[in-house]
Amino acid sequence: MSDTATKTAPAAEQGTERRLNMIEAINDALDVTMGRDDNIVIMGEDVGYFGGVFRCTAGLQEKYGKTRVFDTPISECGIIAAAVGMGAYGLRPVPEIQFADYIYPGLDQLISEAARLRYRSAAEYTAPITVRSPFGGGIFGGQTHSQSPEAIFAHVSGLKTVIPATPYDAKGLLISAIEDNDPVIFFEPKRIYNGPFSGYYDKPVEPWKRFDASVVPEGHYKIPLGKARYATEGDELTILAYGTMVHVVEAVCREKGVEADIVDLRTIVPVDIETIEESVKKTGRCLIVHEATRTAGFGAELSALVTERCFYHLEAPVERVTGFDTPYPHSLEWAYFPGPIRIGEALDKILAE
Amino acid sequence: MADRPQGGAAKAGDNRPKLSLHVPEPKFRPGDAVDFSHIEVPEAGAQPRPDETTDPKDMLDFAHGLIRVLGEDNRAHGPWDPKLDPETLRTMLGHMAMTRAFDERMFRGQRQGKTSFYMKCTGEEATSVSASMALAADDMVFPSYRQQGILIQRGYPMIEMINQIYSNKGDKLKGRQLPIMYSSKEHSFFTISGNLATQTPQAVGWAMASAIKGDSRIAATWVGEGSTAEGDFHSACLFATVYNAPVILNVVNNQWAISSFSGFAGAERSTFAARGLGYGIASLRVDGNDPLACYAAEQWAANRARANAGPTLIEFFSYRAEGHSTSDDPSGYRSAQERDEWPLGDPVMRLKNHLIEIGEWDEDRQEKMDLEAAEFVKKTTKEAEQNGILGHGLHHPFRTMFEDVFEELPWHLQEQADQAIRERETKFPEGLPNGGKGA
Repeated sequence: MSDTATKTAPAAEQGTERRLNMIEAINDALDVTMGRDDNIVIMGEDVGYFGGVFRCTAGLQEKYGKTRVFDTPISECGIIAAAVGMGAYGLRPVPEIQFADYIYPGLDQLISEAARLRYRSAAEYTAPITVRSPFGGGIFGGQTHSQSPEAIFAHVSGLKTVIPATPYDAKGLLISAIEDNDPVIFFEPKRIYNGPFSGYYDKPVEPWKRFDASVVPEGHYKIPLGKARYATEGDELTILAYGTMVHVVEAVCREKGVEADIVDLRTIVPVDIETIEESVKKTGRCLIVHEATRTAGFGAELSALVTERCFYHLEAPVERVTGFDTPYPHSLEWAYFPGPIRIGEALDKILAE
Repeated sequence: MADRPQGGAAKAGDNRPKLSLHVPEPKFRPGDAVDFSHIEVPEAGAQPRPDETTDPKDMLDFAHGLIRVLGEDNRAHGPWDPKLDPETLRTMLGHMAMTRAFDERMFRGQRQGKTSFYMKCTGEEATSVSASMALAADDMVFPSYRQQGILIQRGYPMIEMINQIYSNKGDKLKGRQLPIMYSSKEHSFFTISGNLATQTPQAVGWAMASAIKGDSRIAATWVGEGSTAEGDFHSACLFATVYNAPVILNVVNNQWAISSFSGFAGAERSTFAARGLGYGIASLRVDGNDPLACYAAEQWAANRARANAGPTLIEFFSYRAEGHSTSDDPSGYRSAQERDEWPLGDPVMRLKNHLIEIGEWDEDRQEKMDLEAAEFVKKTTKEAEQNGILGHGLHHPFRTMFEDVFEELPWHLQEQADQAIRERETKFPEGLPNGGKGA
């Protein structure tokens, strides 16, 4: 077993029984880091007095003041650009983009500026920025509130991309992201803000507090970027997933009685290749699951990595389960979503080989 | 009014007059006789100078007029005269002359194959040198690609500029950037992007940070009139006004964006300074070839920013006397007469003539200064060439290609770095050229 991957939330073992949902865990991470470092500022649409449309920044303006937590114009380009300038000054900005679907006006500032400042200036200037943004579907958000654009950022040299799957991880990863000296895209799977998701949209949400991963210690702790986690362990196959899909595949495996290594990647750039290799070489089968569109999705990169590095250990072709290559539809959301049927079919296929 | 016919008979195209698209066209093309009499050039000294804390609503005229100090008589006029002492004026002239000498030599170096690319700022020296002199040395500047005058004014070692242009082993930026995309944190000079106008909202962010921290430093940014078309410029103006940021947004209107005249950025309809008015930003339109006016306007804006009175947008009305870059040939799209007919003259000549007029300078001293500048640039170029010129092997070591993508090298870049070194060993099995220097 690699020591790079964490099996369970240590806090649960320590018995510090404070249970938070993912929103509260993110808010706690922001609070803890702001309390330690005066250079951290938060800005974004509706993040100030109101505390964010998902409440992730609730109470922070009141606690830290209007010059450290403030609303911005509806201008993602301006938000990211101002953060780049603040980073050059020496601040550590944590801008929020209200929905990942709205991040595109800020792409030039992320791709051509934030991601390349360190390189082009030979480290004279850096962009220690964490861009937080809720992403993913499953909330009837239609094509403008449901997208998973992580592959776009994974393709850019100079950006790290982080996606938590539990409240415990969300806090530890966000603290790491904020304290990292490189720009980090921190995508928050909004479907699981309040509780993990089994993939059955017609079942009520089970709140996070019923799960151990919601035990979030007080104070400062970090989960290193680039280190995956075994969500479950098993010998039949390896499933690579992140965000919401970690919980969906967990539920499907439980239902079908499949014993899988479910590897929650947590960070897609840099990706934890050691854990991926370790698990696939053990199981000989690999299923990759993400909610984003299929073509040139991050699953394609994972599939290539697994094939290049574990080919002689594979007993079946690598399979991908993804969203379809269409915009995210509103009324047909659950036909689009890579749910239990699509995942189950892939499991049957890969295990039959 | 030309009403569109209504009712069941209405169909596409029956509007009278027919709708027509306006595609801007510059007044003069190659071979045309040039007449700039349509450009209004007010008398030097004619514009009043408002207090730096004036409400932008009370100074709308400044976005449409033209602040001028140096008159046809080579004397300084009016309330915008910054009343600089002769020594400061000579320093300003010296920086502008040095900038011009540097441009001449670097342009020639590119033609001689020593580097891939160069951009001159001929005719626009005052917009960087004089403006920069009005700032504190630690005010942060976010330049575009034609403000080499700022680095020269701030005393950045010229050999570093040339090393960067040659992408040689002395280049502090490790040969990663296109020539002239300098960076010097020590000189409060932000890394030049090469993507247009991205630096403008970043400058606002820097200024916001300075205000958050209760600092005394302000930010200034430069952008071409063509690049004001980018959304980033709008973001910059909006954030600057919303947060009352201590920032100066300098727009250098040099009339041309490669081959596209300023009409494609909206100049047929209004001035670039007037863009600031809609945001409630104090906006000044300035004779960009008048070094004293450039200084005075930048100083006014800096005072305003430092007084927490808000941002300023300055349009420097100037003319790009040379091509866009070494890759450009303006004889293909504009009349060669434009440069000679430009009604605002040349900034170096105007400052020189002013100093002569007030009895503080003469032709001999000018000649001597120009010669010394050319000699200094030549000598520094030779020194820089000891570090190599582009494409001659004296570059930074291979592994540096993979450094600074992130603070630490992740596994995938480490693997790719190993690959690059293997390729190099395959290419040079007998060992590296130049005795391995630079490899």
